[in-house]
Amino acid sequence: MCLAIPGKVESISSEGAVRMGRVNFGGVVKSVCLEYVPEVQVGDYTIVHVGFALSRIDEESARKTLADFRELGMLDEELADEDEAFRRAAAAPQSPCPDGSCKS
Amino acid sequence: MGFHFCMKYLTEFRNGEIAQRMSREIHAIATRPWKIMEVCGGQTHSIIRNGIDQMLPAGIEMIHGPGCPVCVTPLELIDKALAIAAQPGVIFCSFGDMLRVPGTSADLFQVKGRGGDVRVVYSPLDAVQLAAKNPEKHVVFFGVGFETTAPANAMSVHQARRLGLKNYSLLVSHVLVPPAIAAIMDSPGNKVQAFLAAGHVCTVMGYWQYPPLAEKYGIPIVVTGFEPLDLLEGIRRAVVQLEAGRHEVENAYGRVVSYNGNEPAQRLLAEVFKVTDRAWRGIGVIPMSGWRLNDAYREFDAEERFQISGIRTEESPLCRSGDVLRGAIKPAECAAFGKECTPRHPLGATMVSSEGACAAYYNYGRFLPVEELAKSSF
Repeated sequence: MCLAIPGKVESISSEGAVRMGRVNFGGVVKSVCLEYVPEVQVGDYTIVHVGFALSRIDEESARKTLADFRELGMLDEELADEDEAFRRAAAAPQSPCPDGSCKS
Repeated sequence: MGFHFCMKYLTEFRNGEIAQRMSREIHAIATRPWKIMEVCGGQTHSIIRNGIDQMLPAGIEMIHGPGCPVCVTPLELIDKALAIAAQPGVIFCSFGDMLRVPGTSADLFQVKGRGGDVRVVYSPLDAVQLAAKNPEKHVVFFGVGFETTAPANAMSVHQARRLGLKNYSLLVSHVLVPPAIAAIMDSPGNKVQAFLAAGHVCTVMGYWQYPPLAEKYGIPIVVTGFEPLDLLEGIRRAVVQLEAGRHEVENAYGRVVSYNGNEPAQRLLAEVFKVTDRAWRGIGVIPMSGWRLNDAYREFDAEERFQISGIRTEESPLCRSGDVLRGAIKPAECAAFGKECTPRHPLGATMVSSEGACAAYYNYGRFLPVEELAKSSF
């Protein structure tokens, strides 16, 4: 629940007085609220939790973390769109279940 | 996700030069047994998934704390969520991990099957957008979580007010880490000697709240990240302090966390929420351990708006999740573990989410007590 993922800010806009940005997470681009990180600019990397940027992070750390999370399959899980997230949550109430017993 | 792919990654991680070196260093400095608690459920998941506990000296025991918000959400609140979600005219939004958490008689997924409008959203702001687009409906967001998630939920009601929305509310059950640490240290028979503080909770809150706890209880507290190497480093630093008889607050996640944390987020949190007593599933009521909406935001409180009453809940007498959360037993030491109680049919807090200690043990095949696992580990 408390996982946060680094991404690169590609653009910044103001939607209904809220500072929002398009943030690229290793290829998947999401709309992210930047209200809590006024210092973050286009091209910066930031740590994002449930659509909110919480902290700035340097590029090298961000790339390494993204690569790790991708290897572990955690990126797909975190960044799924609404329908996909629902499907995943419905089909797999628990995390990967190596012995297959939770698919019964 | 490909399990074999993961196993390859794990083998590479464990055989990796840095992981090996850090593990060797912990073995070299540890002269006595120590019990260290990682508070955060995400860290529990990572420790078990990556077998980090199996890389430690036999005497260093990781105790898995209550930091899984899905797990500690009281059954009564889940039943309230189900009752609200079943009402006509309601769009009930949640993060995915609450969808299959069983209430007394159903879960949110089943409520949707019976005609309830239940949706999984990425961000609470998506729920606010739904409210703006559907003025004839009432949109409720299920706002559970620790300090990490609270800024998102706070912004959602702040934004709903700014937009003048009258059809958005939060079913809120936020919980806080520092009072939980105090409750664990104050509990009779406590065994925990050091804490790994959750890195992303501290991203929001900083770690200025922790020095008084370290001082009062004489415990090292190490702010720790989520990746396998971060966890090893957090454990290493805790062991160094324990061996030296020190009890300080250290930041092992400096690339993300600062002492003060995210100050704009803390400002909005203080405006939107106020501290309240909270019941933690498996533990009981911890004083001043949660946030609820401030009086100024009460119109956005789903509990006030829907006034659901008459909910009766009963926890299974077999479930020992309270003992697991306190570190008194390991999951496999509970008689119901893997038998009456599985992720598909969880009996209590620590099995209901993949971040709960029991579910993590079950999902990664940890059916034996730790000592036997240590002998049989690969």
